[in-house]
Formats: sequence, structure tokens, C-alpha cells
Amino acid sequence: MSPDFDNLPLWVSLPVTLLLVLGSLIVLIGAIGLVRLPHFFQRIHGPAITVTLGAGCILIASMVFFTALQSRLVIHELLITAFILLTAPVVAMLIMRTAVYRDLRARRRDGKTESNEVYPFSPDE
Amino acid sequence: MTALLSLAINFTLACIMLAMMLCVVRLLLGPAAQDRVLALDTLWMCAMLLALALGMRFGNLIYFEAAMLIALTGFVSTVALTKFLMRGEVIE
Repeated sequence: MSPDFDNLPLWVSLPVTLLLVLGSLIVLIGAIGLVRLPHFFQRIHGPAITVTLGAGCILIASMVFFTALQSRLVIHELLITAFILLTAPVVAMLIMRTAVYRDLRARRRDGKTESNEVYPFSPDE
Repeated sequence: MTALLSLAINFTLACIMLAMMLCVVRLLLGPAAQDRVLALDTLWMCAMLLALALGMRFGNLIYFEAAMLIALTGFVSTVALTKFLMRGEVIE
């Protein structure tokens, strides 16, 4: 069951196509960054790109597409947009604070330091 | 033009599923537990985008409800996992 794309005008299908290709490429780049980057505090930047730019592009494309397909204003994707924009910084801050806390706790346990960590080890702690 | 639009939607589905596979790779071989939590967070975000793209593929608004539910439960599960990692490896 595929929708009838035939009655979509050109001014709808062209920006929807561009937004979809841009958003999916940004999502893919974020996932590649999640896999390829060497350290945890560098890897957390990839999903940030995915959450903000990729999801934003695909949500705008979905809004424009359904507005043109159903010939009425369909903007309830704004609910997901607002929710994601509210919760993404909270999630990123929680994961980063967890990583810092766990690094400090592991270093306190075995006393070793690594050169590429965020907080360098000082012996008077 | 319509063939280009349906091709773009299929391209979006393929890219999001490839991104989900890369997230599963990071989830399996992440060296620390916070890497796995980050990969799981990215995985539910990609699942929500996959639901949106499937809704555009089939022209059905019912997939929006699935995307909304995935967004809500994913946020709650990520917060619960990070709080669990803050407390330690053992459930208190």
C-alpha cells in the first residue's frame, strides 16, 4: 500500500526530497562518528548531530509531506520536535556526568592515569 | 518527480537502518558501560526516525504514534540507565 505520490506538486516533492536526503546523510554521519571516533568524550558528539540536525530535517520533511498529502495542516510532528529539543541536552549531560564520575571512581580505585582523559590526574586529590 | 521522492524515502530508510547497524556495533564492542548507554540512546533515536520514515513510505499517520511512544520511553530508559551507572554495578 503506497500513497499516491502523483498529485503532489513539484514545490512539495522537491524540498521534501532534499530534506530527506540531507537528514538521512546526517544521521549516517553521526552513527559513523559514534563508531569511528577513538575516545568516549569525542564519540558523544556524533549522536548530538543525529538528534538535532538529522531528526529536525526528517521531522520537517514529514510535516510538509503529510500537509501536502492530506490537503490540510498536519503539524503534530511539532510534539516530537519539542520533546526531543527539550530532552536531548538533559540526556547528553547525564551521560557525560556519568562518564566523568565513573572515570574518577575507577582512577581512585586503581590509582592509574591515562593521557587522553578530560580531567588529568593530580596526586593531591 | 514522484519516482525521485519515493527513491529518496527508500534511501532514507536504508541510511537509518545502516546507522542502526553501526549503533549495534558500538553497543556490542563498546569498551565501557557509558559507551553502551550512548549507543542505546542513539539506537532509539534512529528507531524513532525509522518509524517516521516508514509513515512517509506508507502514507499512514499511525506511525506517528509509534514514533511518539519510542521517543517517550527512550528518554525514560536512558535516564534510568545513567542513574544506575552512577550508583554502581550492583542493583541496590
